[in-house]
Amino acid sequence: MKPDNKYCLGIESTADDFGIGIVTFNGDILSNVSCGYIPEEGGIHPREAARHHTEATDKVLRQSLYKAEVKPKDLSLIAFSQGPGMGPCLRTGATAARALASYLGIPLIGVNHSVAHIEIGKLETKSVDPVTLYVSGGNTLISAFDTNRYRIFGETLDIALGNCLDVFARAAGLKHKQGMPLGAVVERLAAKGNKLIALPYVVKGMDVSLSGLLTAATSLLRRGKYKLEDLCYSLQEQSFSMVTEVTERALAHTEKQEVLLTGGVASNKRLQQMLTLIAEEHDAKFSVVPRQFASDNGAMIAWTGILAYTHGLFTPIEKSFVKLRWRLEEVDIPWIK
Amino acid sequence: MDKVESKSLLKKGAEASLFLSSWHGRRVIVKARLLKRYRPRKLDEKIRNYRTVHEPQLMHEAKKAGVPTPAILLVDIKNSAIIMEYVEGKQIKQVLPNVSQEQQHELCVRIGVLVGKMHRHGVVHGDLTTSNMILTGEGKIFLVDFGLGEKTSELEARGVDLHLMKRALQSTHYKLWEDCFRSVQEGYSSVLGEESAKKVFEKISEIELRGRYIEERKQSS
Repeated sequence: MKPDNKYCLGIESTADDFGIGIVTFNGDILSNVSCGYIPEEGGIHPREAARHHTEATDKVLRQSLYKAEVKPKDLSLIAFSQGPGMGPCLRTGATAARALASYLGIPLIGVNHSVAHIEIGKLETKSVDPVTLYVSGGNTLISAFDTNRYRIFGETLDIALGNCLDVFARAAGLKHKQGMPLGAVVERLAAKGNKLIALPYVVKGMDVSLSGLLTAATSLLRRGKYKLEDLCYSLQEQSFSMVTEVTERALAHTEKQEVLLTGGVASNKRLQQMLTLIAEEHDAKFSVVPRQFASDNGAMIAWTGILAYTHGLFTPIEKSFVKLRWRLEEVDIPWIK
Repeated sequence: MDKVESKSLLKKGAEASLFLSSWHGRRVIVKARLLKRYRPRKLDEKIRNYRTVHEPQLMHEAKKAGVPTPAILLVDIKNSAIIMEYVEGKQIKQVLPNVSQEQQHELCVRIGVLVGKMHRHGVVHGDLTTSNMILTGEGKIFLVDFGLGEKTSELEARGVDLHLMKRALQSTHYKLWEDCFRSVQEGYSSVLGEESAKKVFEKISEIELRGRYIEERKQSS
């Protein structure tokens, strides 16, 4: 440990991943350990996921400290994802965070999960003021900073993009392969498809609606007339075109110079390619969050906790209850001028 | 496109580029929906064609409802381009923050009246942002950019239309949006009648509740 450095430990537990990351106050990520809950079938069961997180806490915490070569007494701050997310999962992470902070006698900071996805993307890609497309299993948001807050310019009117891909994958009987998320399985199949099957393309202003597309794709799947590769291809092409179109609208509207892609679905190469094209079109710089920070992780929580804490914020334990529906645009961002 | 003279790019939007040009001696706007390289060719053509054909039809319908829209001069399907009258004025987006509270109220009520007339006639705009409203020197408000509009009288579509307007006000005019939206609702109700308007407003809340992490849903959960 360098004597002049301070460390923050961040805990992420909004959904199926439990992660702990340790980051220095100047933004060096020392460790980022994650453990994912994989349901035997169906989607995430919040109670089961929370049970998984409780059991994983000890192991993930030890590994994260070990990798970072940091001792608990060297920590200066504990950050945790306070929301939005699934109640039982959030509470697991919050409980661990409160315990650590009070045992070590150091401050606690609750972090908004969506803000963290944007901030880790900015840190890792050196973006300054981007239009961000944040796409994951639970969120589909197009946002940009303006006066104190990240404003939401567009979002899904119903289900999230990652959720759309996951539900389709499960309907097709696809399984997680060696830690590969379902979205990646769909991506791999889509790369082998080439026939575009028409699905509902629903863009309303800067918002998108994906539930009709999912229903149409799953019912075509059941009919058995089309190759799964072509359906995956069509699902990706059309849903990605929709979010790309609205991101371009936000870019034209805000006239920002940067586009940032973040969240679990950001790892998808085809989506990256589409956004690269719109960025080029508007002379903007395109960045994508590195794969290890794309899906939910503890490092992004630690880093965002540092930003908040060094700008005068902290969360007293009695106010550290979780916020299941904490919208991005409700959060003040004092670290951007 | 016949006789379109030297074009100058006025605005590069996300969906289309607007050029200022002259056509048979008139100042015109050429709205060209350019090829989108990110979409598969087939899908891109389908979307651009559909919007190029539908936009003028909707503008025409809106006009019939008493909503000022630019006159359509030519629709060029092959090039996905529309030639229309150039309306000189300022975007409401720029006007709103720079006028008195009474003027804001008056403008927003008038906007509400226009949206009400349009909805009553069976047209939803699909992208009611303050950048898509132009205030002319004579004080008329024109609605433009009907590319995402629809011919429908469904409550759902009307609700989404106003929900998008509310969202646009929140993101662009976050200091004024509450008063502005209330005034829009006032104008809207005066056209549709309290009862029908109330149904649309209730629909807006319902649509918002479908979204994620909404304040109101905290109370019900």
